[in-house]
Amino acid sequence: MALLQITEPGKAVDPQLRKRAAGIDLGTTNSLIASVCAGVAKTLPDQNGDYMLPSAVRYLADTLIVGAEAQQSAAEDPLNTILSVKRMMGRGIDDLSRFGNRLPYEFVPSDAGMPRIRTVSGDWSPVNVSAEILKTLVARATETLSGDLDGVVITVPAYFDDAQRQATRDAARLAGVEVLRLLNEPTAAAIAYGLDSGEEGVIAVYDLGGGTFDISLLRLQKGVLEVLATGGNSALGGDDFDQVLAEWLIDASGYTKQLSHAQLRAVLMQARSIKEQLSSNSEVDIDIIERKFSYQGSITRDTFNQLIEPLVEESIKACRRAVRDAGLALTDISNLVLVGGSTRVPCVVSEVEAFFGISALDGIDPDRVVAIGAAIQANILVGNRADDEMLLLDVLPLSLGLETVGGLAEKVIPRNTAIPAAKTQEFTTYAEGQTAMLIHVVQGERELVEDCRSLARFELTGIPPMTAGAARIEVLFQVDADGLLSVSARELSTGTNASVLVKPSYGLSDNEITGMLKASFDYAAEDAAQRSLTEARVEAGRVIEALSNALDADGEALLKANDIKLLRDAIQTLERLISGTDYKAINEGTERLGMASEDFAGLRMDLAIRRALAGRRIGEVDQDFEQDSNKSRYR
Amino acid sequence: MDFTQNYFEIFGLPVDFSVDRGLLSARYLELQKHLHPDNFIGSTDQEKRLSMQWSTLVNTAHITLRDPLKCAIYMLQLHQIDIAENPSLPADFLKAQIALREELEAIENNPTGIEKLGTFKSSVDSVMKSLQTDFVTALNDDPQAAAEVVYKLQFIHKLRLAADHLEEKLLGY
Repeated sequence: MALLQITEPGKAVDPQLRKRAAGIDLGTTNSLIASVCAGVAKTLPDQNGDYMLPSAVRYLADTLIVGAEAQQSAAEDPLNTILSVKRMMGRGIDDLSRFGNRLPYEFVPSDAGMPRIRTVSGDWSPVNVSAEILKTLVARATETLSGDLDGVVITVPAYFDDAQRQATRDAARLAGVEVLRLLNEPTAAAIAYGLDSGEEGVIAVYDLGGGTFDISLLRLQKGVLEVLATGGNSALGGDDFDQVLAEWLIDASGYTKQLSHAQLRAVLMQARSIKEQLSSNSEVDIDIIERKFSYQGSITRDTFNQLIEPLVEESIKACRRAVRDAGLALTDISNLVLVGGSTRVPCVVSEVEAFFGISALDGIDPDRVVAIGAAIQANILVGNRADDEMLLLDVLPLSLGLETVGGLAEKVIPRNTAIPAAKTQEFTTYAEGQTAMLIHVVQGERELVEDCRSLARFELTGIPPMTAGAARIEVLFQVDADGLLSVSARELSTGTNASVLVKPSYGLSDNEITGMLKASFDYAAEDAAQRSLTEARVEAGRVIEALSNALDADGEALLKANDIKLLRDAIQTLERLISGTDYKAINEGTERLGMASEDFAGLRMDLAIRRALAGRRIGEVDQDFEQDSNKSRYR
Repeated sequence: MDFTQNYFEIFGLPVDFSVDRGLLSARYLELQKHLHPDNFIGSTDQEKRLSMQWSTLVNTAHITLRDPLKCAIYMLQLHQIDIAENPSLPADFLKAQIALREELEAIENNPTGIEKLGTFKSSVDSVMKSLQTDFVTALNDDPQAAAEVVYKLQFIHKLRLAADHLEEKLLGY
């Protein structure tokens, strides 16, 4: 309980009460997990001492391999070895074919829009593949920290749309891990640096990873890290450098036949290695022989720079736009942070530094900085906070809009709006007695629906039949702190709630996820009833802990003795239920306790507001404010 | 405190078009520090829901008050006046608007347009400023007249956006 679990300055949280939290950088090429141990955020290595887990999953007939071993098999077993799965998250089959016909997988279309990848062990969605990477990382942390994780923060590119974020959350659900928050990668990097330096000012975070590019501008002041603007390109990254270099190699070799999956994978891996060598050498000799494809020669860094120049320029353009969106001048930016393996390319560093006119901060390994920032945030969110906590205020990365007549997208919530955000929009019926309505939600900046990303189609039903145009349907679009959208609707003239059926364009439905969970190996091994009981106990325990903490902190200030006693008794009742084995009774008890605490929750929120406006520190309860809350004391 | 407070009351500010930006920003950050859902991750569902609602409301209020046009429209709503979709405006104002639009088009087609654009933008800004003064004066005496000023402000605001877009285009964004 954030507001209340503040220890006295200098006092550490009781080690017995410390929770296990981790930050996960779920990357295109590599993934990492980090945790705060003894006050320091560290990336956690595997048994071999490697902290980077290649984001590679190889499916075999009856098992699977994750990580370096899988990555090494990519050339020999391209169809069953899934690399760069992050690029496929929340994408439709049309998007994937737009990456070029060169993704070496066999795709199977599915009803949900998100395609499956055909392997020897079956058809898997990108969400399944990501879940396997998450499970491997979580297992590593569970072992290192000697216990189950209470929660994780997973990072996503700032430019990820709703479908991509939802897919990431779904992967975590499949992996059985509690997500405290999705955190934008650039923000994570800024946290890693921001808390170290304790500076105030505007920070530009340039993040060029394997598959995605993000630019974020953040202002750090008074313990709040505020995202001013984000921009970027969710399909631009180091893989594209490999791609242009591979194309150059294929052209230079004079090989005219269509390359096989295996040949292509091999050439791409050679290209990556040449790219990496060019970061420290001005010229690299090349000698490739790969199943009839061969090339001997050399390439200079200048030639490579020319090849990638249009890609780097693309990223600089996005930077220029973000600075403008934030209403800033270049000179306002005081710090530059580079993130992502692709910022090791010398020409990237020099062009970005030249654009911003400042040198980049260093000191934290660019491969680890995102995971470290995520771990710091996870530690705060889970409740192990230090005295000097920091709040993050994030923005919606891409505008949310609705399809209107003529295939036009009408913006409902513009990009770079601070989240959580909400907007209501009123609709009316077109036909006599109309009882249902279809709303198509899209995300993007373009004017035409077909140029935006289709997120979902919401079907509103249960509208009371009226004459055309008489019904007034108010639709509420709510974007939560993870940047995820939910929609609810009601008919205003009668007060009827219309029900909303969501058809995600590229996501998985709740039923599909439940189905996948049931189909997984671990689930079959476990007794379903036992699982329900465990879940019910965990949830009940969480609510008891939250409410007890709240009562300890504010009970006496806000409630009459009798009300405190009622709540304490209700807690005891639930505790008794927990020791039983009836999961339904436990769930009902949890719900009753939650409802009983409704008024107390409202009072606490009011108290938080008064404290905020009075500029008081937490813990200083001023009784005066309890009595005269209506005077204009703030002016 | 409740959800029926107006946006000014949320920040403990007087209901006044000339918002103290510094105070607004400071109180905005302070409120979010206490109300943001990140503070309630381990809380009961009731507190989580309230935190999300409050944090959303504070964001909306902040966005509204810091933007003069949005703030003016909101102040009309506080006077029970809703903005019309297709308002009618005096002919001389519309004529002046057409002239300004033509000026902007001329800048677009002029090779040294980018230099002239700066002057154009500052003249638009001064029109905006004087309309804002008109709004404050009209609001207390005659809210309907204030609504007309807001319609004019909407025109000028769109013109200003068009000038910004043109600037982006000329600078090659």
